Amino acid sequence: MKSDANESHIKQGTVVRTATQKKNNILRFTLPFVVLLCAILIWWLITFFHLFPAYAMPSPGAVWNSFKEEIAAGRLFNDIVASLWRVAIGFVVSACLGIPLGLWLGQHAAARHAFVPMLNFFRFLSPLAWIPFAILWFHIGDKPAVFLIFMATFFPLVLATMSAVATIPKIYFRVAQDYNYKGIELLTKVTFPAVLPQVITALRVSYGIAWVVIVAAEMVGCQDGLGYGIWEARNGLRLDSAVCYMIIIGLLGMGIDRLLAQLTKQPNVRWGYER
Amino acid sequence: MSAGGMKDNRSASRLVLENVSHSYGELAVLHDLNLVVNPGELVVLVGPSGCGKTTLLNLLSGHIQSSSGTVRREGIIRTVYQHDGLFPWLTVVENISMGLRSVTNVTHRKQELEELIELIHLEGFSNHYPHELSGGMRQRVELARVLAGDSDILLMDEPFSALDYQTRLRMRHELNRLLVKRPRTVVFVTHDIEEAAQLADRVLVLSNRPATISRELRINAARPRDLTDPAVIEAMKAILTELGLQF
Repeated sequence: MKSDANESHIKQGTVVRTATQKKNNILRFTLPFVVLLCAILIWWLITFFHLFPAYAMPSPGAVWNSFKEEIAAGRLFNDIVASLWRVAIGFVVSACLGIPLGLWLGQHAAARHAFVPMLNFFRFLSPLAWIPFAILWFHIGDKPAVFLIFMATFFPLVLATMSAVATIPKIYFRVAQDYNYKGIELLTKVTFPAVLPQVITALRVSYGIAWVVIVAAEMVGCQDGLGYGIWEARNGLRLDSAVCYMIIIGLLGMGIDRLLAQLTKQPNVRWGYER
Repeated sequence: MSAGGMKDNRSASRLVLENVSHSYGELAVLHDLNLVVNPGELVVLVGPSGCGKTTLLNLLSGHIQSSSGTVRREGIIRTVYQHDGLFPWLTVVENISMGLRSVTNVTHRKQELEELIELIHLEGFSNHYPHELSGGMRQRVELARVLAGDSDILLMDEPFSALDYQTRLRMRHELNRLLVKRPRTVVFVTHDIEEAAQLADRVLVLSNRPATISRELRINAARPRDLTDPAVIEAMKAILTELGLQF
């Protein structure tokens, strides 16, 4: 009798637990939208009661109209492609040079001592400080923006890869020696996979920096791109258009980060995130 | 010839230490050690913690060079570590196949891999990653990796000490079983006296730092031995006495 009561109690417990789980899941998906709707509502109230003059604070409706306008004119799409292209080139060049350099520095203590102060110096230099040089060296077009993206992402990537290599447990190299891994094979089959989880994290962080920098980079020396779009909107006092660009920048940034996050789901790097 | 019997000539393997001393700067760790490990023998090194057991293994493996004396090594040497010796980015089967890098024939290699997985009873776990396995399973994979292919000498650096007691007992049995199927020369370092008495052909008790061999003990009872085997108990007593732990 007593055990029956216990059993039903347990069953009830399970039912309650699954119900709670379901409720949690629903909340997880709906809560962000609730927050978003609240933010839009506050925004709308601010504009409705004219807390700021209309030219300084566009209403949600004005931004929506501006969206339709930009899409119809085809400009928004062009600007998205231009910005993505520049970030992609700058980012890929920086990863292709930065990761190998980081691997090399991580393995050579003397080189590390020689280069780290300078790498750190450049890392703390805001990439925007390079704008005058970018324009003088590369004039206008894609090149100055690509250069700035490179300058923004190269140093953090080198340093992150380097410190990841320097902290690889010694035991992996001992095992590698036992099984005759040498030279390039040691690098590609031991060192690189051992730091890959940290390199992926570094790529995500530096991609974030790149996406922030592209907006500023395109405000000078470019004739298109999302940053240029904001700059032009400001020149024309069209803040509704500027907000529309800001929304796109935020959404694209989040979207690409989601894509990069997929890299962390690869089975051969999961160990780096589960320990 | 089966893949497992690929290397049954163990006479090529030999480890010899002659008047070996080692120090880290001012700190003398090993003093005037002489040791010959014969082919097919299982030698266990025990000693107080910090006495230089691991240093001795590192000298034998060639990871460090001795300050003085001669170390002679013949044969392919592989080490089993206490933990984290597997590459976490490789699956079970990929980790084991590291030991088969010299086997170029794909069919032979595949056959050998299957045999090794079966040998350590991890069928169905081939494509798991180390972090998905228990501690005991991981050490079994390490054993399969060092036994794979053409290894001659196994150095074992407290391979079971990170495991719980019951798993440790099972792993001793496992090691015995594997060595029957694939004989190797083994140098086994442990601080576990029971483990030493149960596994060893010969136990070497090291003294405090700077360590030297303070007692050599042959255990003639056949392996595998039961934990309650009189020979094991007698050996344990002798080791405990030598270490000053028999109260």
